Amino acid sequence: MTPELLTRILRNRADRRACVLATRLPDGTPVLLEDHDFGFRPAGSETVPAALLAEATSLAAAGRSGTTTLEGADWFLHLHAPPPRLLIVGAVHIAQVLAPFAAGLGMLPVVIDPRTALATPERFPGVALRHEWPDDALRALRPDRHTAVVVLTHDSKLDDPALTEALNGPAFYVGALGSRRTHAKRRDRLHAAGLSDRALDRLRGPVGLAIGAIGAEEIALSIAAEIVATRRGSPLATRSES
Amino acid sequence: MTALDPAPPPADPLLLAADWQRAGLGVALATVTETWGSSPRPAGSLMVVATDGRIAGSVSGGCVESAVAEAALQALQDRRPRLLGFGITDEDAWSVGLACGGSIKVLVQPIATGPAGAVGVA
Repeated sequence: MTPELLTRILRNRADRRACVLATRLPDGTPVLLEDHDFGFRPAGSETVPAALLAEATSLAAAGRSGTTTLEGADWFLHLHAPPPRLLIVGAVHIAQVLAPFAAGLGMLPVVIDPRTALATPERFPGVALRHEWPDDALRALRPDRHTAVVVLTHDSKLDDPALTEALNGPAFYVGALGSRRTHAKRRDRLHAAGLSDRALDRLRGPVGLAIGAIGAEEIALSIAAEIVATRRGSPLATRSES
Repeated sequence: MTALDPAPPPADPLLLAADWQRAGLGVALATVTETWGSSPRPAGSLMVVATDGRIAGSVSGGCVESAVAEAALQALQDRRPRLLGFGITDEDAWSVGLACGGSIKVLVQPIATGPAGAVGVA
């Protein structure tokens, strides 16, 4: 590990791009693999086995680091992913519980609500707050593949533009609060507004894992659990009904 | 934390490693490369150690950190990486084993210019 590699890893992270430091264990040779949207590539001019790039891609997708054996040598692949963000639309009671849950899970929560009476530092101590309209805020924050978006306002004026913006981007999780009926109506509205079935199939609603949640605290827990399950590729994140 | 831009989590080991290095200290990284059983920290967990004894991050629940720090200080002296194994199957299980019954491998490497050199296995 050289100082230059360390600097480069930190630069990737500041740009919110994942990178994988691959270390060939017998001789300690490091190769930095950078994420170029269409796959991982060495940062320098090294040639590396194609299987190493494939392994980096699959580990990055699963959000894990790991060891693999290639051409008779052990490699350690260290994933440096940017901290995941959770963009919460709606400074409601569930958001007050969900934001600290997210922070405790190592995510960076941001609460978005133009209703300044709700999105206050008193209600959300230590949480980043934005008072723009949700779609403007989402355009500014640019959800990436390490970002989850959840809308909680129950107000289609606020929820729908945010969902349109989020579902057209690469966020790894997009969820919306509401009953099965609300969810069906919301799908119809968004479909009429031009979102494809494929984009809408990514929308998680009713939001959260089915843990029989009652009240804001338990609903927040079910949402946090579904975000973790999605991020880690757990079978729990697969919905049979959609 | 400002309203516009959420701050990164505090005391990020890798950021500290860069800071300490810029301040002129030797710095070694210790990274969990593999885990078996119920080890408390996953592969990729990171601890950084500076020549003045400063430590940030962790590789276990606190069971093996002092042994890893010792190895890191040695790595800073001889400028060679090493791969350490800890767990109940090790001879030193009773001194620095993992209370949880799992086992881990930890790669310790100095941050230094030039080729890394062969990884010693302990």
